[in-house]
Amino acid sequence: MRLEYFQMIDRIETLDLGEGRIVCRAVVPERSTIFEGHFPGQPLLPGVLMVETMAQSAGYLVLAKNGFSRMPLLAKIEQAKLRNFVEPRSALTVECELLHEGSGFAVTKGQIRHDGQRVADAEIRFRTMPFPSDDLRALLIETARGVGMDADALPVEAAVGA
Amino acid sequence: MSDTFEAVAEVIADVSDIEKSEITLDSHTINDLGIDSLDFLDITYAIDKRFGIKMPVEQWMEDVNEGRAEAEHFFVMKNLCARIDELVAAKA
Repeated sequence: MRLEYFQMIDRIETLDLGEGRIVCRAVVPERSTIFEGHFPGQPLLPGVLMVETMAQSAGYLVLAKNGFSRMPLLAKIEQAKLRNFVEPRSALTVECELLHEGSGFAVTKGQIRHDGQRVADAEIRFRTMPFPSDDLRALLIETARGVGMDADALPVEAAVGA
Repeated sequence: MSDTFEAVAEVIADVSDIEKSEITLDSHTINDLGIDSLDFLDITYAIDKRFGIKMPVEQWMEDVNEGRAEAEHFFVMKNLCARIDELVAAKA
């Protein structure tokens, strides 16, 4: 995780487009300015960032499913449960599945596990919209490639350039 | 049509703050019922699931924006239900 850059996902471990499922790895850094406030002397990953971690993982899945043709934007969080505390240096497994791909939206379900135990889960809905710029699309493709998205899941022009 | 209307009105009442009794065949989902885009997304998802279809809302919006159709053709309840019935029939 690069918390200050809002980059929660370190690595895409598995991406199954047929099954509509993704598994990502996210390691909470040892230090971050966020921990100076949350909380002094008792650093914990804020719950909203656990939700964001699931949203980013699910976002990669939605992007891959639609061939990076549309940008997923967080629209709704349902049934979010933050079941346990997450401390610095925790290695998290983030699993998400696509429940429904609608016209202009996508519905996903995510969960985070730590040491085999579920620490958070939620249903996350996205609006999917045209990218506001080609530059942003290119940046997201590069970011996805950087965290290990398989060339098969990237748009053809990006895969060719890999 | 009446079964579809009942189901759609139920979905709308369930998702939004609108009383089911306020919803009529002639209600415009946006202009009369005031359903906003987020609630419409939830309603679309619920209808997709309930009828096993994918309502092409984006295509409809494009048709309206490009002047190929009137908004009423998709978003007045009786017409929305007719579009849903068409999608269900096309699936069969």
